[in-house]
Amino acid sequence: MRFLLETEQAEFGRTLDRMLGAADTPAAVRAWAGGDFGPGRALWARLAEAGVFALAVPETHEGLGLLPVELAVAYVELGRHAMPGPVVETAAVAVLLGALPDGSGVAKEWLPRIAGGDAAVTLAAGAYALDADAADAVFVAAGDTLRTAAGHGPLRESADPARRLFAAEDGEVLARGPEVRAAVARAADLATFLTAAQALGTGLELLRRTVEYARQREQFGVPIGSFQAVKHRLADALIGLEFARPLLFGAALSMTSADIAAAKAAAGDAAYAAARAALQLHGAVGYTEELDLSLWLRKARPLRDAWWSPAVCRARVTGSP
Amino acid sequence: MNLDFTPEEDAFREEARQWLAAHVPAEPLPSLETGEGFAAHRAWEAELHADRWSVVSWPREFGGRGADIFRWLVFEEEYYAAGAPGRVSQNGINLLAPTLFDHATDEQRARVLPSMASGEVIWAQAWSEPEAGSDLASLRARAVRTDGGWLLHGQKTWSSRAAFADRAFGIFRTDPEAAKPHHGLTYLMFDLKAPGVTVRPIGRLDGKPAFAELFLDGVFVPDEDVIGQPGNGWRIAMSTTGNERGLTLRSPGRFLAAADRLARLWRERGADPALRGRVADALIGARAYQLFTYANASRFAAGERIGAESSLNKVFWSEYDIALHETALELLGADGELADGDWSEGYVFSLAGPIYAGTNEIQRDIIAERLLGLPKGRR
Repeated sequence: MRFLLETEQAEFGRTLDRMLGAADTPAAVRAWAGGDFGPGRALWARLAEAGVFALAVPETHEGLGLLPVELAVAYVELGRHAMPGPVVETAAVAVLLGALPDGSGVAKEWLPRIAGGDAAVTLAAGAYALDADAADAVFVAAGDTLRTAAGHGPLRESADPARRLFAAEDGEVLARGPEVRAAVARAADLATFLTAAQALGTGLELLRRTVEYARQREQFGVPIGSFQAVKHRLADALIGLEFARPLLFGAALSMTSADIAAAKAAAGDAAYAAARAALQLHGAVGYTEELDLSLWLRKARPLRDAWWSPAVCRARVTGSP
Repeated sequence: MNLDFTPEEDAFREEARQWLAAHVPAEPLPSLETGEGFAAHRAWEAELHADRWSVVSWPREFGGRGADIFRWLVFEEEYYAAGAPGRVSQNGINLLAPTLFDHATDEQRARVLPSMASGEVIWAQAWSEPEAGSDLASLRARAVRTDGGWLLHGQKTWSSRAAFADRAFGIFRTDPEAAKPHHGLTYLMFDLKAPGVTVRPIGRLDGKPAFAELFLDGVFVPDEDVIGQPGNGWRIAMSTTGNERGLTLRSPGRFLAAADRLARLWRERGADPALRGRVADALIGARAYQLFTYANASRFAAGERIGAESSLNKVFWSEYDIALHETALELLGADGELADGDWSEGYVFSLAGPIYAGTNEIQRDIIAERLLGLPKGRR
């Protein structure tokens, strides 16, 4: 038993943190929300260079195999820096295509490009395809059938403007059968797992920014962070996040649906609680879109509900009665 | 990173499981907060001790098995999964013993630990006073120097188990002139049956005498029962409360077993969809607490110290425990209010969790100041 990140895994996270921290990520998020994907794609390429997207691609297709612990480390950092784009969906597609029977032409076509960062793709397994207009390919999974999208409908604005939602239009059938159904289920598990990681990172950054604010913002002649009401709310936010973290890495080691559901429920709730605390403790300025805090604030709720909602997660944890 | 147990740890788990299956009483013992139940639980401690299961993490010479933190966690998981009785010796084992290992003399360890391990001597804590709760350093009970020892004067309160226990440990003011309140305090052990001790049991919310007030009027404590140097009591006591808040007061095994029991109850009662989310939260919380503890145990095994993080632990499990019991009571419907129901005493016990071992308000201050770096303010 050694339930700790190995030195290289922790260093991988710090490397991504430094890289994204040095880039002007908030500007890339705002550009992405306005339909300018250039800065976001530049970040995407750098993440690929660091190996992020290869982590979900099988070795047979120029990837590193599925490395869930490293993926969790990476996606916490993506959440911490509000990385825009279909990062979760691209990894999910990689797992989906990688799980299709050998010799699948679509896997051969897309997996090396995903691993190398040349392709950002998205996946519609429900009502919307995230960032379909920015993606190089849109895959549509329904039942036992995988298709490409023939196109997509108009932009449906998300509560988080950096999440661009579209209804996908069914196109050519790529694969069909029970193995597709199983592959889609594995892809959905991974998407849920990575959304949990992203949510945890989002919550950690909301807490960090709010602690920083509470240390310097003065009222009644003292920093507001010296008031117990403020301290205790921030302490509760930390407790939620720190107890979600081991669930995430526990799920990384088992990759069972129940463990992933537990991690997603806890991380989603913890991030959302951190967002509520961040909004409340920043006061009115936190309620504005001009403060960069809004980039994380507006993500917390969608991430909590994206892929498996809290209710779905809890149903999976209890299993069928 | 892994969550794997070694074959030796698995064998240890199996040995514990088999022993517990053969020995755990078929019927629950009477409440340990009653005279009859206290005696029954004391006898259970002796049974555990006879086969070296009462203090698995202690060295063999004191009745233990020299188990490391992971084996201790394994034992606790099996212990609670088997539905074994509550531990009447837990104040001694969890609070006093770690202090003795860190600060006592060899002679003191040899004298005190074996009878603690066997349940022959049950220990109560004597920290709080009527005017010193969260602000413990303001305590007033004195120990006055006398020939060959000290004489205790004053009052202690909320002394868990003291209604039926044999001995107690706590801190007392030995130097009233000390510059600061937490200076001039001394850590010592005393006999609850000694002349000058009056124990007044206090009924907790359900009326059971789970704690007591202690009135001390010239109680003699020989020098051999002082732990560490006189005047160092605060530092020594804080190392104990650090332990209390840390890894060992509430083992994950207790909550994993309780969450399983709750989920079974929910299914037996028709799996009410309205309570599904709360049952799920009990299962998720128990797993989170287990994994959080594994992570901290791994840090500990790697040589790191667990500091203020233990405050995260304390707030989490104490609030978790209440929520779990509330869900159970709601599942029971009209039977939930019965005083002798399966979950009733556990619920009453859980209500004290956010108060003892450092209130959760104090814990949140510690989290905010030491982990988040927020400025100190008036409490």
